[in-house]
Amino acid sequence: MVNDKSHGSRIFDSANIILMLFISILCLLPLWYTFCVSLSDKTAAAGGIVGLFPVGFNLSAYKTIMKESAFFNSLWISLQRVVGGTIVSISTTVLLAYPLSKTKRELPGRNILMWILVFCMLFNGGLIPWYITMQGLHLTNNIWGLILGGGVQVFNVILVMNFVRNIPKSIEEAALVDGAGPWRTLFEVVLPISLPVLATVTLFTIVYHWNEFFQGLVLMSTQDKYPLQTYIQQLVVVVSTSNITKEQAEKMGKLSNQTLNSAKIFIAMVPVLMIYPFMQKYFITGITLGAVKE
Amino acid sequence: MRNSFVKHYYIMMIPGFLLLLLFNIIPMFGIVIAFKDFNPGLGILQSEWVGLENFQYMFSLKDTLSILYNTFFIATLKIIGNLIVPLIFALLLNEIRHIKFKGAVQTIVYLPHFLSWVILSGILLDIFAYKGPVNSIRAAMDLGPIVFFAQAKLFPFLITGSDVWKEFGFNAVIYLAALTGIDESLYEASAIDGARRMKRLWHITMPGIRTTVVLLGVLALGNVLNAGFDQVFNLYNPSVYSTGDIIDTWVYRIGLLGMQYSLATAVGLLKSAVGFVLIIISYIMAYKFADYRIF
Repeated sequence: MVNDKSHGSRIFDSANIILMLFISILCLLPLWYTFCVSLSDKTAAAGGIVGLFPVGFNLSAYKTIMKESAFFNSLWISLQRVVGGTIVSISTTVLLAYPLSKTKRELPGRNILMWILVFCMLFNGGLIPWYITMQGLHLTNNIWGLILGGGVQVFNVILVMNFVRNIPKSIEEAALVDGAGPWRTLFEVVLPISLPVLATVTLFTIVYHWNEFFQGLVLMSTQDKYPLQTYIQQLVVVVSTSNITKEQAEKMGKLSNQTLNSAKIFIAMVPVLMIYPFMQKYFITGITLGAVKE
Repeated sequence: MRNSFVKHYYIMMIPGFLLLLLFNIIPMFGIVIAFKDFNPGLGILQSEWVGLENFQYMFSLKDTLSILYNTFFIATLKIIGNLIVPLIFALLLNEIRHIKFKGAVQTIVYLPHFLSWVILSGILLDIFAYKGPVNSIRAAMDLGPIVFFAQAKLFPFLITGSDVWKEFGFNAVIYLAALTGIDESLYEASAIDGARRMKRLWHITMPGIRTTVVLLGVLALGNVLNAGFDQVFNLYNPSVYSTGDIIDTWVYRIGLLGMQYSLATAVGLLKSAVGFVLIIISYIMAYKFADYRIF
């Protein structure tokens, strides 16, 4: 890094640091605010007094949630979705990516298959046909609808495929010489080397399944089948947006339980916040790893 | 020896292609609903064929022009915001020399990208609520409170602003990676020649990342019909439909909830088709300008 010693340069550096601090705070503040509201007194929250710190610190919102079975029910559904969905997603992705990483000669028909995949990534039939298909497959009101409904994430397949293509041929050839067939080569040689890209894709998939709310809304007809994000969406967001005129907002202020809502939102954030430090390491390299290098 | 492997490769791909077939490909055939008067009772095949009637009806609705305009407007605002803000941020962050501070800032700013719009909408609606902190600040400045998310005129900008806030950190990663790819010795040579910060920025940094910027811009064009369903759906309400209703939210409300399946499929088909063409164009341009390929 080149160092300018001029006066103007130093002022810029200081201003830049302050700006970066400000931006960082701007990113964290809304999350912190929600946390504070969740720990505040109910009337203080409704009255809009809560600022940078909780007002009237108490844990009643969290205690209420502990007793609310609907919340835990939705949480459980989300967990099932994340585990099931990630396993299905990653396994199908890998099983597609490995053969497709082979050349046209090693895998006849490879190019056609790639075009089919890419076409599916770029074009889809729309919401209504998808919904009717799900109905036809009896996957509405069913956890498998949530697990399978997203189909194949072609982007992930391409990411893994490009990574595998960049693995030196000599490694696979060594396995071949040792008498390994395609399955053994995949599981014992390719997968261990591909851990970085697999970790990246897995983490992104986990976050995707955790955050997804719309499929839950469309496929499930009763609240007791909603995953967590859909549950929160219906209870918190819909209520907020339906009470949007001034008069209604005044009335809602007296009725709504902002501390409870904030607590639910905060709890829904926690898993992502926990995985997040691990993702850091992977996603920067992961994005570049999957790029075509030629 | 390899020939016997081919059978196994195909076996490996069965689960993936089965999933693709069921959930990506079969729904595509549902497009025919756009050309029929779909009656759920009769099923797709038995419903009456009406040709382009649904499309004609679509263009006669006054809603149609509105949702198209809103979609383009919001999507364009977002494309501009999501290209410029991360770039400026990356350039500024790149000037920070304290590595740990730089790393800490990066870690913090990527975070909103990973939170869902359900969560962020809950938070934003609370912050911009009638009795929320933003209005409290307005009160402190002797300004009257506004119900922010009920203002149709403000809505597209609130959407764009919050989206840029959510994504700028993540989007900056690509720019930062490109910035580290610029040869250090170029900077040093220019410093010896007496170039100061602005000159270095203009003559070394900008040309160095020009390809990346163009690439991201071109790729973004393919998305100009995706104004962000998850976000708009969670933040909108009837007061802002006039500026906030986009193609996807309209299709959901009128098509799924309102059960006008044929009409909504027609609209969805149009969107998918136009989007497809735009994306192909953008990929071709990306390949020509920046040698970018996905596979």
